[in-house]
Amino acid sequence: MKDLSGWGRYPRLSGPLGAAFDTDAAAEATARLPGLVARGFGRAYGDAAVGRDNTLDATALDRMLAFDPETGILTAEAGVSLADIISVFLPRGFFPRAVPGTRFVSVGGMIASDVHGKNQHVDGTFGDHVEWLMLALPDERVVRCSRDENADLFAATIGGMGLTGTILSAAFRLKRVETGWIRQTTRVAGNLSEAVRLLNRTDTASYTVAWIDVLARGPSLGRSLILEGEHATPEQVESDALFPTPRTGRIGVPTDMPGWMLNAWSVRAFNEVYYRTGARKADCVTIVPWDSFFFPLDGVAHWNRIYGRRGFVQHQCVIPPAKAEAVLAEVLDRISEKGVGSFLAVLKRLAPASGLMSFPMEGLTLALDMPFSEKLLPLLSEIDALVVEAGGRMYLAKDATQSAETFAAGYPHLDRFRRLRGDLGVTGRMASKLSERLGL
Amino acid sequence: MTETTPRTNNARSLLVIGGTSDMGRAVAAAYAEMGWTIALAARDIEAAGRDAADIRTRVEAARVAVHHLDILETDTFGAFLDGLDTLPDTVVCVVGMLGDQERAQDDPHYAARVMRTNFEGPALLLEMLARRFADRGRGLIVGVSSVAGDRGRASNYVYGSGKAGLTAYLSGLRNRLSATDVRVVTVKPGFVRTKMTAGMDLVGPLTATPQAVAARIAALQSRRADVIYVLRAWWPIMSIIRAIPETVFKKLKL
Repeated sequence: MKDLSGWGRYPRLSGPLGAAFDTDAAAEATARLPGLVARGFGRAYGDAAVGRDNTLDATALDRMLAFDPETGILTAEAGVSLADIISVFLPRGFFPRAVPGTRFVSVGGMIASDVHGKNQHVDGTFGDHVEWLMLALPDERVVRCSRDENADLFAATIGGMGLTGTILSAAFRLKRVETGWIRQTTRVAGNLSEAVRLLNRTDTASYTVAWIDVLARGPSLGRSLILEGEHATPEQVESDALFPTPRTGRIGVPTDMPGWMLNAWSVRAFNEVYYRTGARKADCVTIVPWDSFFFPLDGVAHWNRIYGRRGFVQHQCVIPPAKAEAVLAEVLDRISEKGVGSFLAVLKRLAPASGLMSFPMEGLTLALDMPFSEKLLPLLSEIDALVVEAGGRMYLAKDATQSAETFAAGYPHLDRFRRLRGDLGVTGRMASKLSERLGL
Repeated sequence: MTETTPRTNNARSLLVIGGTSDMGRAVAAAYAEMGWTIALAARDIEAAGRDAADIRTRVEAARVAVHHLDILETDTFGAFLDGLDTLPDTVVCVVGMLGDQERAQDDPHYAARVMRTNFEGPALLLEMLARRFADRGRGLIVGVSSVAGDRGRASNYVYGSGKAGLTAYLSGLRNRLSATDVRVVTVKPGFVRTKMTAGMDLVGPLTATPQAVAARIAALQSRRADVIYVLRAWWPIMSIIRAIPETVFKKLKL
């Protein structure tokens, strides 16, 4: 039995973990093991990468199979990490078209969660750039899926949380970049309306994300720092290295921090300092290395330990544009009222995505990290009810707490997804703790 | 902007015996990064092909060839060496089979396979390469042995005895060739996180990655050494383990 808890370490989960050392072995395991889901680096926050009965460690599927510099299409096995892809291809002038907030994720995981980055409103999700993928099914078949071939299965696998089969390999596009630096501009929004207005601008930057102070109240409710970024040109880079190597392991959290250290007071103090420091840089342009722009937390090893032994819950919802501001204001109000601290609250604009079960839709998304406590769960159900009421939904890669009803209300293609799983005969064969919890 | 290393026909060449192992892959990738031409020898030619594709994808313009070799078919070694495009400058042998100790105690055929895979095959093949290197006048032979060969223990002595044989063989070969420009290096990796040790509880500070092993081996191109432990912490540990009197050692559970 292995500890298979997600990155948030709530809920605590364990189970048998089998490894596959090549794609044939992964296909064979998919046909043999019931209640299975594949797992990459365990960066899903909740219970998504934990099989109902069996979990398949896919990280040994780490071969890159082909790269065409003309088209930028990379073919790789599902266990190849984003960190690996960037370290091989950034020095050659290529960068993935969509990256999530950590680079310690696998290709299979990025497809299964249809991850989005700070440019999703412009460039789409990771799944939008997948050309084709190979999927192993429990009936021993290995099928190639693309927009032209097994198109239904392709659409269900993008964002399908590993529940349509085991992703073995995939081909996806990288884009050309001239440098590994980002030209970053910080904008200051004194309240939620300003933040929403800045995020919704049409002349927006390629990359946009807002850090939001969830504990600010009254007239400053929703005050935010908005980071905008563009890939820098060689002329804008002052360093000798056009493609800087990432900082690794400089700092880390060696052990669980005591739970009491993170409370409304300490978080409020942190947020105050962070906001004021950021506000001093208002409208200034800085040139920052790619890793600190895209993956700031990757520089702190085991950062999830700051939430102590009880772990934390990450909650990410998206709310359609018409009601976004009003609902977000309500959500923030309830959080700051309860004083449930969150350092890492992120606000972002999203556009629709193509996967049947993809998370993104037109609207604004709010992601919160909150230390786990018993009083958190009722608050999250209140928030879930507001989100559902507004026609929004929760991101499954982050989810650990939503109910089956909330889930069903948020995902309009759920019936099609269920039917497709039934027709393929994968229902119950491909199954995770998440799919069990949500009644999939 | 993008720097490419020119790879000419006189690039130096590496032969990896056991090319589909995690260590073999890592060694091949490290040498490809240095601009070497790579030959991967493995029993599973399809798997070797995938590993070769991986190296070609990671290292621009890398040249990687794949050759079939079964380390137990010792009669085929001559034809295998004749079939290489060129006599390599360096050979790294990472072939090994941990096997199941209890099964090996019960099943002599299985035990023989473990012993032959760890000792007989590698020793005979490296002997033939040593002769060809000696005829040419130079070459580097790197044999990956194991700390398990430093002293037999109840938990893995079938594997350990094979590695002990390999360690002794490499020592003798090094002794014989010491006056020549053919160098022989014994590498003892200690614990390494690989397919072979998947699921085992390894002691973190004593456990290396395949990439760390590969880096130590690649460094041998410019640094003289005879016997190396990949993680230096292993040297004092194994010195103590070797020094324990047998009357005491036989009662220990290590």
